[in-house]
Amino acid sequence: MTDLTRLTLAQARDGLKAKSFTSVELTQAHIDAVARAKQLNCYIVETPEKALAQAKASDAKLAKAEGGALEGLPLGIKDLYCTEGVQTTAGSHILEGFVPQYESTVTTNLWRDGAVMLGKLNLDEFAMGSSNETSYFGPVVSPWRRKGADGKISDAKIVPGGSSGGSSAAVAAHLCLGATATDTGGSIRQPAAFTGTVGIKPTYGRCSRWGIVAFASSLDQAGPIARTVRDAAILLRSMAGHDAKDTTSFDAPVPDYEKSVGASVKGKVIGIPKEYRLDGMSAEIAALWDQGVAWLRAAGAEIREISLPHTRHALPAYYIVAPAEASSNLARYDGIRYGLRKTGKDIADLYEKTRAEGFGKEVRRRIMIGTYVLSAGYYDAYYLRAQKIRTLIKRDFDLAYAAGVDAILTPATPSPAFAQGEKGSSDPVEMYLNDVFTVTVNMAGLPGLVVPAGMSSDGLPLGLQLIGRPFEEETLFSLGEAIEQAAPKIVLPESWWG
Amino acid sequence: MSVDLATVRRIAHLARISVSADEAPHLQNELNAILGFVEELNSVDVEGVEPMTSVLPMRMKKRADEITDGDIVEKVLANAPAREDGFFVVPKVIE
Repeated sequence: MTDLTRLTLAQARDGLKAKSFTSVELTQAHIDAVARAKQLNCYIVETPEKALAQAKASDAKLAKAEGGALEGLPLGIKDLYCTEGVQTTAGSHILEGFVPQYESTVTTNLWRDGAVMLGKLNLDEFAMGSSNETSYFGPVVSPWRRKGADGKISDAKIVPGGSSGGSSAAVAAHLCLGATATDTGGSIRQPAAFTGTVGIKPTYGRCSRWGIVAFASSLDQAGPIARTVRDAAILLRSMAGHDAKDTTSFDAPVPDYEKSVGASVKGKVIGIPKEYRLDGMSAEIAALWDQGVAWLRAAGAEIREISLPHTRHALPAYYIVAPAEASSNLARYDGIRYGLRKTGKDIADLYEKTRAEGFGKEVRRRIMIGTYVLSAGYYDAYYLRAQKIRTLIKRDFDLAYAAGVDAILTPATPSPAFAQGEKGSSDPVEMYLNDVFTVTVNMAGLPGLVVPAGMSSDGLPLGLQLIGRPFEEETLFSLGEAIEQAAPKIVLPESWWG
Repeated sequence: MSVDLATVRRIAHLARISVSADEAPHLQNELNAILGFVEELNSVDVEGVEPMTSVLPMRMKKRADEITDGDIVEKVLANAPAREDGFFVVPKVIE
């Protein structure tokens, strides 16, 4: 039998329906691949027994030609989603050993549709990071390797992006058919770009946030990472939907996103924002962007230069809004009701010791910034001002869309993936700049899709980003597939990880 | 705007995170790097601009104020670091 982990999610689904193999066989192939790939450190917890039990139940349904849209398909779940009875850590020491007594809405939707859970995927601590190096459970290693100037493959450990680094690396290395992820400033799209995978952050409100460990509640959105645009469309349809338990969840029917994959993009108007052409943009990123423009034009789209004048304020404003909301959300980790507790001489000492030891460096730093900008006398100068700037950023997009633009094409990241330890060790802002192209989308609440589009000179994948109108993810899937069809196939190096 | 060491200690206390004497100067530098990075926002004219509250205009749904959940003491306490007789145990709070 061919290696079942080489299939796309759509191929695996069709194979199960055609009874070419069983879910137990498909699941076992993935369990074995996960077990061999420990050095990538993608999974914090593996759940093979649970996976096989679910697969068996799926096979019984499939045998009767029953079952949901994801029946019998093994997935990885980012360890930010609460899973009933299975440890959920958010990549933090403070939640080590925490076993939720409830299931997040998005994962509930996946199990409703028949998906199989392989385990919980590693991430930056509380989803704060762009390289998966802030995880308490150790960094994730990308299956990709860099090619030196001499053409030789270097064994330097490449980061998979972050915060959804376990998700992106596991999908790229065929350790699951697809994965859940979350995106607050680029945490789905930047890892997808770094690993040659497809990731979509849907419109804010499209997926319920209930049961997902909160980082910055006005920015957080759930979405999938997969190996093809079609697979991402299939996953999003199951993940999305209204939920009474999330008051910001959007109450409208979920379209069959897969139907928009392959639809014509003729006549679609694509905006090219001139403000994204940053000073010092690398030549290969600029060339990739131009190439994307050419592909969409060849597919019949109309290309139009647009202006989004407040773009450059998005990242600084993000670094007020996100830490402010994080400092509030993370106040709940106090050592009283769950998670780590360090004893102290009194209750305040217990809190301070628990939080100092339980949170990693980056998380402590962001809580401190957030506490400062929300403290008495500073709220108006920082948080309120940043929220007003969000209105201006969103207005830029609104004007472009009102003028007839259907979607916007930009680079996904300012550089290809880097090696562990290369960025942000002396200045945290250096790492933050990774999100310069993705963060505007969260600030405005819009949907954004990243699709692989080429390779860097050092042999690493590069992605392009499509930004859509609110709740028009379908347009992004159509355009994303057009780029996927036109782009050279991204071929992962031979497995060196087992 | 930049913060001094005393402010770093005050923020740490507000955030209930203990910071050692060794750590404080590093943290001060890092916080100042971030505050320096966001300083440019002062140049943006936000006169008359409303703060953003939602992507699409949307009314928050309301529901009847009634009990929908409860009687799950075991679940609530399942992850407690210390528990006794159906309660969380904490250090003495009132002298």
